[in-house]
Amino acid sequence: MPEATSVTPDGLSREDARNAAREYRSRRWRAFLFVVPLLAFIGFSFVAPIASMLYRGVYNPTVASLVPETLEKLPSWQGEERPSDEILSIFALDLKRLANDRTSGQLAEEVNRALPGSSSVIKSSARKLRRVDDSELANNGAAILIDANAKWAEPEIWQALKKTGQVYTAGYYLTALDLENDPDGGIQRRETQIYVKLYGKTLRMALIITILTVILGYPLAYFMANSSSGTANLLMVFVLLPFWTSLLVRTTAWIALLQTNGVVNSTLLALGLTDAPLEMLYTQFSTIIAMTHILLPFMILPLYSVMRGIDPSYMRAAMSMGSPPIPAFLRIYLPMSLPGLSAGALLVFIISVGYYITPALVGGTDGQMISNIIAFHMQQSNNWELAAALGSLLLFLILALYWLYDRFVGAGNIKLG
Amino acid sequence: MVNIVAKNMDAHKQQAGKSQPFLVFDNVKKTYDQKNLVVKGFDMQVEEGEFITLLGPSGSGKTTVLMMLAGFESVTSGDIAIKGQSINRIAPYRRNIGMVFQNYALFPHMTVAENLAYPLSVRKVAKAEIDSRVVASLKLVELDGFGGRYPGQLSGGQRQRVALARSMIFEPTLILMDEPLGALDKKLREQMQYEISRLHEQLGVTVIYVTHDQSEALSMSNRIAVFNDGVVQQCAPPAELYERPSNAFVAEFIGENNFIDGHVQSISGDQAKVVTPGGETVVAMAGQGLTENSGCRVSVRPEKLFIHPTSHDHDNEVTAAFITRIYVGDFIRYYFRLANGSEIIVKVLNDLSAPEFSEGQDGSLMWLTSDCIAFPV
Repeated sequence: MPEATSVTPDGLSREDARNAAREYRSRRWRAFLFVVPLLAFIGFSFVAPIASMLYRGVYNPTVASLVPETLEKLPSWQGEERPSDEILSIFALDLKRLANDRTSGQLAEEVNRALPGSSSVIKSSARKLRRVDDSELANNGAAILIDANAKWAEPEIWQALKKTGQVYTAGYYLTALDLENDPDGGIQRRETQIYVKLYGKTLRMALIITILTVILGYPLAYFMANSSSGTANLLMVFVLLPFWTSLLVRTTAWIALLQTNGVVNSTLLALGLTDAPLEMLYTQFSTIIAMTHILLPFMILPLYSVMRGIDPSYMRAAMSMGSPPIPAFLRIYLPMSLPGLSAGALLVFIISVGYYITPALVGGTDGQMISNIIAFHMQQSNNWELAAALGSLLLFLILALYWLYDRFVGAGNIKLG
Repeated sequence: MVNIVAKNMDAHKQQAGKSQPFLVFDNVKKTYDQKNLVVKGFDMQVEEGEFITLLGPSGSGKTTVLMMLAGFESVTSGDIAIKGQSINRIAPYRRNIGMVFQNYALFPHMTVAENLAYPLSVRKVAKAEIDSRVVASLKLVELDGFGGRYPGQLSGGQRQRVALARSMIFEPTLILMDEPLGALDKKLREQMQYEISRLHEQLGVTVIYVTHDQSEALSMSNRIAVFNDGVVQQCAPPAELYERPSNAFVAEFIGENNFIDGHVQSISGDQAKVVTPGGETVVAMAGQGLTENSGCRVSVRPEKLFIHPTSHDHDNEVTAAFITRIYVGDFIRYYFRLANGSEIIVKVLNDLSAPEFSEGQDGSLMWLTSDCIAFPV
């Protein structure tokens, strides 16, 4: 029976199976084509920048490309005292070339970050070496270099050079965590604690904002979900109104309200509630209040759409079974609205952890969040590597929080509607 | 005024002691918009252990009555009393009334066992007793071993059983059911009707059941209150409701009915002589409020009509033109047209005696006087 070999036990011939597989493949291919534009866009505008940010946090080729010859020799140096004359001579040659290429400033800036004060040492030495003959530098470079600046005789600046010369370094991540390498190769706390504190403050503020939006949003969402559709739609317009006005307008409105001679202060003064204007703008308070206002819709919308789907008969059932309203709410309604609550809380929390514009405008120094420092390092101090490290840590932090959330609440509980 | 009357009646009932009915609705009214009454003076007395159905089209006020009884809607005026005690001002969670909802309202985040345990844990029943009662309750609705499942993992019929079990597990004084079978398909609905009747008989609990499905009402209830427009049209046992409707609405709403317009010639005793549009005279039972020399509608059920020739007894006979016949299976429906154009339906058992007609052919329809009622227009 020749057919028996080509027919599977289910009665599907090889031809049938091939046709079915071909159709399945073509359907998959067509479905894939639909999402190609989005995938390309996301890859280009989201995945690639994040990958480059993660990479930049550990990859720093500037110094390595500026003084390659010196760095080639430096590994043989022990780091206890100043390096050998040979290394000094090679560096003197490197530095002269940089001085003539007018790139010694870059080196000065990079090394200065590892060892403050070395910028002027490098820049002044570079100026002096510019006119010295190459052959003289090759023969007697060490003496000329030390002559130019006595700091070259000490090991610290060489340690700094060696450290910044590493193409791949965990240094920026350590800095972002207020840690540093000690000379023995171990890790120690830095004297000044900036970033960990700032992360802590950012998380605390985000948590306060989340709690405030829950307190303000939950009752409103509950009321909307249980009112007639006319009332609910009207209230929904008020909820969405902030979405339709520019973020900048809303934030500036808070400035007008909260400033020293603003609406709130003049009202309080007129009512005689205070004697002197309260300092409200440029504080944590103003950041929190403005961000709560801006992020409130993100809490209300998922809450409302979940609550809308909860039939009033659940509460009635609980009450008919003898449960007073508040226990019934806690035991029945609250768990049922939890998907919306978690979605809203997660949205608000994650958005506020990385929020930039509002703290920048109304936060002053007190209300700064981690994203403002990241922006500072990108725009003012030009330390992109540190900015990248801080940004990546923020990303990891949020992923870790999400993981914790998934662990204890379950990501499957998130529901936007 | 109404309150004083209600209070007096209350006092009277308490004096009466044991003879008082279990549940009393006394002139209960309800308005939602302060203008129109949704329930217009509802009176009813229910004995313990009865199965009462509130039946009516949607918007007739039957669900509002149920909600007032459960305590989810306030009573505008009048009084509802259980065992002689007014419950108007008792919070719903203190009424000890079990309730089954149309969508079952099983808590989706709790297992079946947790759902059943909920009313008991609210009442602070000991853990061991809760467990044994949950097991017994699951057995009662034939769902042994389903305690660990979530409502989402059950079929519609199983959810319905859990909802029933949950409404009964805390031994409520009364169980309310708000269209509990509305979401089930026909076959399952019949099965659950049987199930509910069985539980009612087994436990002897009083049930108030709301539905718009008359076959459900007829097959399960001790008594049915037919609602229309906020008023109870008739409250009677199923057979009486079907055989002796008290007005044209009930006659039309319960079961299928033919109406023949006519003019009352004379009334003697409980019978009325009616002239049909075709000039024929028929004799019908006189409905309430029927007067001589006025218009009337004679109602007669399709299965009580017979087509000539017939061996059945008959007192009345009209001639009508055949339109068509529809084959249903166990019987055949014949459509006829009377002289004034109104249609009349005859149900004939599908046996060899089912007659053949051609379109437009005249046939004689016959029935007994005791099977038809003349209602005033």
